Amino acid sequence: MTREVKIYTTPGCPYCKMAKKFLGDNDIKYQEFNVVEDKAARDEMRNKCSSLGVPTICFDDEVLVGFDEAQLREKLGL
Amino acid sequence: MYELIIVGAGPAGMTAAVYAARKRLNTLLISDDVGGQPITTVGIENYMGYQFIEGPELMQKFEEQVRQFPSDVKVQVGQKAESLSRIDGGFEIKTDKGEIHRAKAVIFATGKRPRKLNVLGEKEFLGRGVTYCAICDGPLFAGENVAVIGGGNSALEAAEDMIRIAQHVYLISLTPLTGDRILIDKVTGASNLTVFVDHEILEIKGKGRVEGIKIRDLKSKQQRELDVGGVFIEIGLIPNSEAIKAITTLNRFGEVEVNYANETGVPGLFAAGDVTNVPEKQIVVAAGEGAKAALQAHRYLQRLK
Ligand SMILES: Cc1cc2nc3c(=O)[nH]c(=O)nc-3n(C[C@H](O)[C@H](O)[C@H](O)COP(=O)(O)OP(=O)(O)OC[C@H]3O[C@@H](n4cnc5c(N)ncnc54)[C@H](O)[C@@H]3O)c2cc1C
Repeated sequence: MTREVKIYTTPGCPYCKMAKKFLGDNDIKYQEFNVVEDKAARDEMRNKCSSLGVPTICFDDEVLVGFDEAQLREKLGL
Repeated sequence: MYELIIVGAGPAGMTAAVYAARKRLNTLLISDDVGGQPITTVGIENYMGYQFIEGPELMQKFEEQVRQFPSDVKVQVGQKAESLSRIDGGFEIKTDKGEIHRAKAVIFATGKRPRKLNVLGEKEFLGRGVTYCAICDGPLFAGENVAVIGGGNSALEAAEDMIRIAQHVYLISLTPLTGDRILIDKVTGASNLTVFVDHEILEIKGKGRVEGIKIRDLKSKQQRELDVGGVFIEIGLIPNSEAIKAITTLNRFGEVEVNYANETGVPGLFAAGDVTNVPEKQIVVAAGEGAKAALQAHRYLQRLK
């Protein structure tokens, strides 16, 4: 099953790095958007995901704000 | 039953795990996350052996060292110890996942976590304008008005970052500013910063996201509302000592009281690092305390034999 996983990040954010590492380690393909540089992505994160925190991870109908490994595992069915 | 359970995989717990493994103690390390507070630290310049290293990188090295001993130390992450009680021959730990672990001795190394304000709106708007990680979320508030809550060094550092990117910064503290003089001077000199000392936060308001904050002057009791899109909470840390408070003595800050040998008042229960009353909350100190606690636990287990 391929699902579209998007992760919105800022460069200084340690939890974003951890989240990306987790996705990578679990062979989950994702698209990353740096919301400091990418204004459109920032608006998308705010408006579509109504989130103002990074990392914001979106897939299917899920919006996860922050890196919570247990929760991410559960929602991704790992 | 394990010989030893270590709770918490920060600098103290991971160091304890390596020392326990080298004593060949049959050990379980359980923790909420791996790395603890250094994971949120961008640059560390005072851990010996590294002139500069990022927190997450240093913690990855700690973890690799722990993982050198898979037959001695079992690691379980994503679990919080909720309670610890004495049982015949040792201790029993219940976790938030409903699991039960037993051991003859326990090292508690659960560190500290950011203190919450406990005001209306704080929980509701977490990730929607309320944040405890200024370096993470700061850039999202470029050009907006923001409030930084707190008066110590972390609040001042957050304010320092935000005066560069936000439109206006309100620094709100319950007490006079307590951080380093050099930081206070730097921050309070900025033209786009207003300081409110001796003010408390009454409420974080908004619709869907943070739109403002209500504060009150402690002396005059006068209230006012500030239009802000972001609220950065930096009001210090509290010890993660809840799980053992029923069986040990805590000091008035909630820290576990230990003696020079990391012993709590309960035989077989040791504590190390930021969760204890040991002065100086630093990685090198926590690591050293973790080593001491593991060696002491080993000695205790030897005596049981
Ligand atoms: C922003 C910041 C910058 C810092 N900069 C520096 C610096 O430059 N140099 C320096 O030396 N120190 C620095 N420190 C201090 C340093 O990070 C701490 O002193 C050190 O991390 C303490 O280690 P610890 O293992 O005792 O606790 P922690 O690092 O807090 O680790 C505790 C561990 O226990 C786990 N845990 C908590 N509760 C439970 C539970 N109930 N059940 C299971 N597991 C649990 C946590 O998930 C975590 O893994 C900084 C701290 C902060 C917040």
